[in-house]
Amino acid sequence: MTTTDLGMPVKYYQVGSWAVGNRLLDPERRSGQSRLDRSNALTSGHRACRGCGEALGARYVLDAAMRATGGRMVTVNATGCLEVFSTPYPETSWRVPWLHSLFGNAPAVASGVAAGLRALGRDDVRVVAQGGDGGTVDIGMGALSGMFERDDDVLYVCYDNGGYMNTGVQRSGATPPAARTATTQVVGPEPGNVFGQGKDMARIAIAHDVRYVATASIADLRDLEEKVTRAMSFHGARYLHVLVPCPLGWGTESAATVRTARLAVESGFFPVIEAVEGEVTSVRRIRRRVPVEDYLVDQGRFAHLFKPVRRQEVIDHLQAIADRNIARYGLVEPVAALPSSAPPAPTAPPAPPVRPEVP
Amino acid sequence: MDRSFATTLAVGSSLANRTGAWRTERPEYVHRIAPCGTACPAFEDPQAWLYAAEAGEYETAWRTLVERNPFPAVMGRVCYHPCQTACNRSFLDEAVGINAVERFLGDLALEQGWVLPEAGEPTGRRVLVVGAGPAGLSAAYHLRRLGHEVTVRDGGHEPGGMMRYGIPTYRLPRDVLDGEVARIVATGVRIETDTPVTDAEAALAEGWDAVFLAVGAQLGRRAYVPAGEAARILDAVTLLHDVAEGARPVLGRRVLVYGGGNTAVDAARTARRLGATESVIVYRRTRDRMPAHDDEVAQALDEGIQVRWLSTVAHADAGVVRVERMELDESGFPQPTGELEDLEADTLVLAVGQEADLALVAGVPGVEVVDGVVQVDGNLMTGRPGLFAGGDATPTERSVTVGIGHGARAARAIDAYLGGPGVTPTTSPVAPNARPTATVVTYDLLNPWYYADAPHAVRPRLETARRTSGFEEVVQGLTTDTALFEARRCLSCGSCFECDNCYGVCPDDAVIKLGPGGRYEIDLDYCKGCGLCAAECPAGAIEMVAEPT
Ligand SMILES: Cc1cc2nc3c(=O)[nH]c(=O)nc-3n(C[C@H](O)[C@H](O)[C@H](O)COP(=O)(O)OP(=O)(O)OC[C@H]3O[C@@H](n4cnc5c(N)ncnc54)[C@H](O)[C@@H]3O)c2cc1C
Ligand SMILES: Cc1ncc(C[n+]2csc(CCOP(=O)(O)OP(=O)(O)O)c2C)c(N)n1
Ligand code: SF4
Ligand code: SF4
Ligand SMILES: [Mg+2]
Repeated sequence: MTTTDLGMPVKYYQVGSWAVGNRLLDPERRSGQSRLDRSNALTSGHRACRGCGEALGARYVLDAAMRATGGRMVTVNATGCLEVFSTPYPETSWRVPWLHSLFGNAPAVASGVAAGLRALGRDDVRVVAQGGDGGTVDIGMGALSGMFERDDDVLYVCYDNGGYMNTGVQRSGATPPAARTATTQVVGPEPGNVFGQGKDMARIAIAHDVRYVATASIADLRDLEEKVTRAMSFHGARYLHVLVPCPLGWGTESAATVRTARLAVESGFFPVIEAVEGEVTSVRRIRRRVPVEDYLVDQGRFAHLFKPVRRQEVIDHLQAIADRNIARYGLVEPVAALPSSAPPAPTAPPAPPVRPEVP
Repeated sequence: MDRSFATTLAVGSSLANRTGAWRTERPEYVHRIAPCGTACPAFEDPQAWLYAAEAGEYETAWRTLVERNPFPAVMGRVCYHPCQTACNRSFLDEAVGINAVERFLGDLALEQGWVLPEAGEPTGRRVLVVGAGPAGLSAAYHLRRLGHEVTVRDGGHEPGGMMRYGIPTYRLPRDVLDGEVARIVATGVRIETDTPVTDAEAALAEGWDAVFLAVGAQLGRRAYVPAGEAARILDAVTLLHDVAEGARPVLGRRVLVYGGGNTAVDAARTARRLGATESVIVYRRTRDRMPAHDDEVAQALDEGIQVRWLSTVAHADAGVVRVERMELDESGFPQPTGELEDLEADTLVLAVGQEADLALVAGVPGVEVVDGVVQVDGNLMTGRPGLFAGGDATPTERSVTVGIGHGARAARAIDAYLGGPGVTPTTSPVAPNARPTATVVTYDLLNPWYYADAPHAVRPRLETARRTSGFEEVVQGLTTDTALFEARRCLSCGSCFECDNCYGVCPDDAVIKLGPGGRYEIDLDYCKGCGLCAAECPAGAIEMVAEPT
């Protein structure tokens, strides 16, 4: 515990646990990313766009996984931006054992790696698979569902940037309604992506009753790191869905990536939750609620909702999605409003309450 | 066995790819100016000393503070804290209690016996300061630091000026004032009390290299009030002066105070403490137009002082004062209504302003007195070379803080006049790895998301029952606990406080962390110039600048 030069204990920190570190906090209470010895599993020289949320998210996740496993881990990567920008021939930005195969088969390859390690008796090496939202919710979903169903010992991480960014921003099953992509152009009476389609992969994963499912964003590093650490404390199939804004595909400033993710969470449009064995056990409550419009308005992919004429009904429709998330998970309600949960399964450690904040 | 190509790639070999070449803008660590400091009339930089206080390094904090202002314990009690009015935290919840932390540091220093920085290398120059109020004592302190020999002459019996003879002890206990004055004296300032200076020119002729006039505005203004022979009328300045000297004047049970400034409020509160059961302030306008500070008025009301808003004194006689109701016209100016009312009053106290006694400059060639105050140039020098003036005796807002600031300015100007560098020495560390800029940090330059929620810590107050029965201090200090809490509410506007956000949020791992106290550096080989570090810096301490071509 930190004390002052008068010997009294310190109870309040300027930035609490919101910032990456804090000179006033004890080192062990700072984030993993604040450490001088962080792994930098994805190091400099990669070719992601300026301000890429996926590059940032991948380093956050893998550094946390490296810490949790003491560096004894293998990653499997689906095709997509993360794979392409990190391994331009003949270089690699990875400082972690890394394997790439195809766009759609990362879950299957990861299952295979886990099976192979088991056959070799190497229960000390853990497997983390990663892919974009296209690779995960679209082409890879069959393999992922199988991985869940077999309870293979893999943490699968989906970096959700809401589209096939690597190939030129086409729509995916995770593209939000109304968003403009290369394949959902701003034309016709209902411009942009259609409403009523798409997949909520976290809920699909929860429906598989897998060990651990969580969503997170690059706007709350502590939450993300804690979830990775927690995920690595389980064996069996686990799923982590991370929101990673893409300046190129979303039409945002490169400097706005973290802010955009924050607005997605604070508006309720992207719910941040955690589930153990099929039950939601905690949610990250909204800290400073904003209307969904605040999230939309600076994104080029939603510009047609505001210009040349304001499309209030579409904005309302998107707001309704956020409101439903808020109601579903109790994002602004007291804890009691959480969906009731079965008694925790014996294999799972007790569910933590809503993330305690360092005061 | 032949290995497949992919397995031959060296770990992290992309470091060969210098993505810094993509940049069109680059981040630069800057040190911007916090608004609190720009608002402080005594040139304090609260952000700088709060930074140390946040870490519990109170002595460093105090040392940083007293480089600008040798009176933190006094300031922490009587300053009207314009810094807090300017504080960016007020946009988030409430302003940082800068003043309360300042008092905490000031009291701690007195308790611990911390001493002020030593006098500078002797210059052989001798300066006379006339007046031992805040302006004069501050000038003396800064002149000593610049190595000059200083004598302060004051007509009063003890040093302090209005800090001693105006501000009552329930707001500024004497041991606090004495402690801080003694510390200045200990730097080698000679104070001669009971020594009025009657002729500034004659003083100059004694051979001083420069003279600083800080004679204040010591005379209570006499407003014309039609009054009967037997009316008991006092002026507030005299009343407070007498009380400060230990007198306990008999004012009677009912006291009326005429005026709307802090002096009026202090006179009314003093009357209450002297035994008046009814102490009533009569003021021409409304509360929102009252020049007295709101907090002082609120404290007075708590103590049972009443205020007759929109009223003037029309006539005074023995035991009775006739007041007239006023009305504000469109321009907000009070106009008489002709409606009169008689109020019972044993004493009428006039608190309608103070004037400077400038007899000592009458006839000094070049010295100009306009509207009752001495005219000075930007260096606080009068029209008579070598004769400087500051504080209440010059055209300025009248406060202890302004006086202290004038003292510091005058010391620098006098030093420059005497051929010195005109800069007071500083030992405060300059922010490492940061380019100083002249930009004042407005709230929109901050990223307030990151600051933890924390309501302002309120200073405890003495219960009202104990207040009116004596001159015990009303506003209490913060405890070590609450002081640290309050210091940590500072947003560190414009200055890096090592939160590691830049180091964390760079997608290109292009921020190098240099470790505690060393802050950070941008790795320009890899920085693509996305601007995330600048956008996510809570304190606005990173600026994106165009890439040099
Ligand atoms: C009742 C009252 C309450 C106040 N409360 C506050 C407050 O809460 N906060 C605040 O910031 N300000 C307050 N003020 C204002 C503040 O006290 C003054 O603005 C400040 O003291 C001015 O400082 P100064 O050094 O210019 O003059 P002063 O403090 O007036 O000091 C002038 C000194 O010069 C001496 N002197 C005068 N003529 C001569 C001479 N010819 N020869 C030798 N010595 C001489 C006097 O004896 C005196 O010691 C208050 C004022 C009053 C009257
Ligand atoms: C079977 C197959 N179909 C199409 C492609 C082309 N392709 C490569 S990456 C990609 C989209 C990747 O999208 P996503 O998984 O969301 O990752 P992102 O680039 O957005 O991070 C596509 C369509 C492919 N490599 N393989
Ligand atoms: S297209 Fe988007 S996801 Fe891909 S590298 Fe650029 S910013 Fe990152
Ligand atoms: S938050 Fe701190 S630095 Fe900013 S204005 Fe307030 S006291 Fe000054
Ligand atoms: Mg994608």
